[in-house]
Amino acid sequence: MCRIGFRCIKMALRELSSLERFLGLKKPNKYSTQGGKKVPVLQNNNGPALIGLVTIASHLVHEAKRPELLGNSAEQRAIVQQWLEHRVTRLDNCSKEEVKVILKELNQYLEDKVYLAGNVFTLADILMYYGIHHIVVELAVQEKELYLNVTRWFDHIQHYPGIRNHLPPVVVLRNRVYPSSHH
Amino acid sequence: MKLYISEGNPHCIKALAALELTGVKCEIEVISHEEKVVPHITHPVSPVLLLPSGQHLFSPNSICQYLYDISGQPATDATNQWLEWEATNLQPAVLQSLHMVALQGKRVEAAAVMKEHLNWLEQSLSKRNTAFLTAEEMSVADVVLWAALYPLLSDAGVEAGELVRGWFQRVGVLSACQTAAQTVLRGKGAEALKTFLQKHTAAHTQRRDSPTNTGDAEDGERVMSVEEIEGAAQVWSEGLKSAPAVTERKHPILPQEGKRNVLLTSALPYVNNVPHLGNIIGCVLSADVFARYGRLRGWNLLYVCGTDEYGTATENKAREEGLTPQEICDKYHTVHAAIYQWFQIDFDFFGRTTTERQTEIAQDIFWRLHERGFLLEDTVEQLRCESCQRFLADRFVEGVCPHCHYPEARGDQCDKCGRLINAVELRNPQCKVCKETPVIRSSKHLFLNLPKLEDELEQWLEKSIGSGDWTLNARHITRSWLRDGLKPRCITRDLRWGTPVPHQDYKEKVFYVWFDAPIGYLSITANYTDQWEKWWKNPQQVELYNFMAKDNVPFHSVVFPCSLLGAQDNYTLVNNLIATEYLNYEDTKFSKSRGVGVFGDMAKDTGIPSDVWRFYLLYLRPEAQDSAFSWADMALKNNSELLNNLGNFINRAGMFVSKFFDGCVPEMILNEDDKRLIAQVCWELKQYIQLLDKVRIRDALKCILNISRHGNQYIQVNEPWKKIKGGDGDRQRAGTVTGVSVNVACLLSAVLEPYMPTVSHTIRAQLQAPPTCTSAMLQGAGTFICTLPAGHRIGTVSPLFQKLENEQIEALRKKFGGQQPEDERLEAKTPSSSAATVETKPSVSAAQDASLNVSADPERAKQLTALVAEQGDKVRALKAQKAEKSVIAEEVAKLIELKKQLCLAEGKNPEPAAPKGKKK
Repeated sequence: MCRIGFRCIKMALRELSSLERFLGLKKPNKYSTQGGKKVPVLQNNNGPALIGLVTIASHLVHEAKRPELLGNSAEQRAIVQQWLEHRVTRLDNCSKEEVKVILKELNQYLEDKVYLAGNVFTLADILMYYGIHHIVVELAVQEKELYLNVTRWFDHIQHYPGIRNHLPPVVVLRNRVYPSSHH
Repeated sequence: MKLYISEGNPHCIKALAALELTGVKCEIEVISHEEKVVPHITHPVSPVLLLPSGQHLFSPNSICQYLYDISGQPATDATNQWLEWEATNLQPAVLQSLHMVALQGKRVEAAAVMKEHLNWLEQSLSKRNTAFLTAEEMSVADVVLWAALYPLLSDAGVEAGELVRGWFQRVGVLSACQTAAQTVLRGKGAEALKTFLQKHTAAHTQRRDSPTNTGDAEDGERVMSVEEIEGAAQVWSEGLKSAPAVTERKHPILPQEGKRNVLLTSALPYVNNVPHLGNIIGCVLSADVFARYGRLRGWNLLYVCGTDEYGTATENKAREEGLTPQEICDKYHTVHAAIYQWFQIDFDFFGRTTTERQTEIAQDIFWRLHERGFLLEDTVEQLRCESCQRFLADRFVEGVCPHCHYPEARGDQCDKCGRLINAVELRNPQCKVCKETPVIRSSKHLFLNLPKLEDELEQWLEKSIGSGDWTLNARHITRSWLRDGLKPRCITRDLRWGTPVPHQDYKEKVFYVWFDAPIGYLSITANYTDQWEKWWKNPQQVELYNFMAKDNVPFHSVVFPCSLLGAQDNYTLVNNLIATEYLNYEDTKFSKSRGVGVFGDMAKDTGIPSDVWRFYLLYLRPEAQDSAFSWADMALKNNSELLNNLGNFINRAGMFVSKFFDGCVPEMILNEDDKRLIAQVCWELKQYIQLLDKVRIRDALKCILNISRHGNQYIQVNEPWKKIKGGDGDRQRAGTVTGVSVNVACLLSAVLEPYMPTVSHTIRAQLQAPPTCTSAMLQGAGTFICTLPAGHRIGTVSPLFQKLENEQIEALRKKFGGQQPEDERLEAKTPSSSAATVETKPSVSAAQDASLNVSADPERAKQLTALVAEQGDKVRALKAQKAEKSVIAEEVAKLIELKKQLCLAEGKNPEPAAPKGKKK
């Protein structure tokens, strides 16, 4: 029902204020939304307004002088950027069928990685976590085990200090309940 | 570093152009559309940039950004914003537009899709007044946007404003850009993209980016072909013709040759307690929906259930209430029957397990197992109370936990440390009845030899699961039991209240309830008809469905089938095992002892109709995972789905007929809109049938709500209430829309019947619908037909649902002990009303403060009422736990203080003496 649209509007703004808190930005910014898709807009005193979740989030990271969150090298920056784009183009508003593909691909990607950009925590982890939360919340225990790497990463991020803020914690079982399918 | 590209892929233009413009050295490899380069992505993508580290970039924009980054032009807010806009807004439109141009030849429509985005670009350029998007020099943003628009703006006839044209040319004249475009498009323009578009856009057009349709976003708009629409309209117009006659149910129902014979059971509720909502949705209600559905579909169906009455729990309860076990069973059997009747559970027979038939059949199965060597004998050490002259069941012993030394551990488990205990391990065991110390005695018992039956069981399971519907949890639980290997299972108990074991050596014993209870299905059927074996010894003709909650699965999928297989008497075994997960109550468990939750007998005291209860429980039905009952949600679903969606539509349709057409269905001349609606409704109906055939009860309910949602939109768009006041054409239009709508309402009554039987009948009575309409529309794959033709006279229409008010729901939640919703809890924590604040203030001044500020404050009174109730519960709980007096006194003082404040907030005069005087 109408929950999906509603969630997008509110959540984008909530996650930006959560991000602000995580970054330790002192004075909260004012946001509005634009257009039918309710894209977040940041009114900026010393320049034109910024539009778009990724753009605003990257801007906040710079403002907080934490450029390492966008990646330490050109390669890492590109990987981070790629995941941020993935978040707003694939994850947001995805259909039920797509959810499965997204989880499967992410699961495989995370097989040999701690964070999305490899071994360092970045903005990609934060925004992917915010964006995928509503999906992970709905997963049955068995599905969480199916997407084990996603679940592990997700649990890791939700316990990362200062990240979870506006979102309820998702319980992740440490022990497998269901037999793995390959034996 | 290596760049993979494929010809005719529009995304490759930007990567190639960026490579050339930045002058980065990089190998290029051309791959086919099918080639997979990135390991974790399931479908092939390009362009892909293989980075020196071995990682892949597969987002075209990230590739461009990277190339610019390593050549000294890092991202800025402005470039980021353009790239994000390109990826989220422009790209979906470009792909849709290209699809129309290259595959459908719809150039005009394609241009329309682009219009909004090109306008935005034009505006942005005019605001900035620079040569390029972000500055006077070119940036990554220009390359990315130019390349995205190139196939459309270069030749596809898509018009753009003057500024966009100018910018587009400035970028396009660069040789790097021209070469890139030439490499990918080979001079063939959008035509070159055909193969790519055929493969890739199908996936993208299904996305739900469009913000329209918010009411129905979860299901999206389905695209229907012209044939589908015309076909549905044709069938609809033919109307009710050769509907099968409505067959009366005649008892006893017996299997019939040439019919689909369905035997339905729901797990037998244990008699010693009143069932809670979780029990009701888990078995009887779910099975009832399916039974009603099956009868509508014309299946020859028998639905039996009954109370499970033997066992220790009954003995216990009898002792508590000072009655005999039989009296307890009689009393609670009646309670159960009344509850299910109120919930409109339409059993063909609701029996019980304490009958002669039960003894006969259980003993017969026992002897057959015994004769065939499927029973084992073993000695078990047990506690026996000499003064009571009996062996003690686990629940009848208490003692010190051997693990954590908790003094009141039960015979099977310790409530403190949670560990499982063998009753003989308890230290200082005590008989719960006489408090004497029991002795350890050995006792001989019989075991069903499950390992010996395992092979046969597995063969049967493979067949049953392969051909029938077993819910996922049922399959998993069964598989995990088999994986761990089966062990012999005790089937006898040293008890009195049970089916006696007929064997000489076991005279004093009865059958263990789990051997005995499932046999209840057979004996209950035998009490319904002497010819019960036609159902239960007839696997060739009968299809058996078992409904239950997941905790019951192993007994229905492993233990009981083993008994029946071992008995070798051609028993009907389960074909479809439908298990639910658990329903929680406001995020906690239902608990009789804590008084938390709604129990079957209380549901009717809430004043909420049985049909609404059924609706909400089925809407929540825990199909794939646990779900939670919540009062606030129930009110919300009632008000939004039943009242505003379903009820509103049906009522409007009927009212239009009454008010505008004197109660007679008007003539209907269908146009495209009407036919489209009919096709949409028909599609939902077919979905509904497919889902219910697979016992997907909750999902099918959503189809019903979708039908009325379509109906509401249809009325809203066509505005018959306005058209009726217009000219002849308009009036005719109003007539058609009204006629079609009232027919949709009639269909709704049919599909609602399994879920909300009373409402379903009320609708049909109001519409005076022909009795055959229901079964006619639900035959086969489902057909939506015009069952109320022009001229049909309907009856008096009245509203079907009532609003559930907040106050009413609040009161119910308090009564049944639910959690407070989040926001209210927060409110309660604000300093002005917090219990903590009250604590720190001397009582007198608090009262004075309150009397100074407040004359009467309803808002605060509401908060305080909640606080008083909460504090009251706390005090009661402390008293029940026999807490220290000083602790209780302190909490009581707080309670009195709160009550005083409440009086003030309500504008009454607090009487300080009264509560203190009453204090015990």
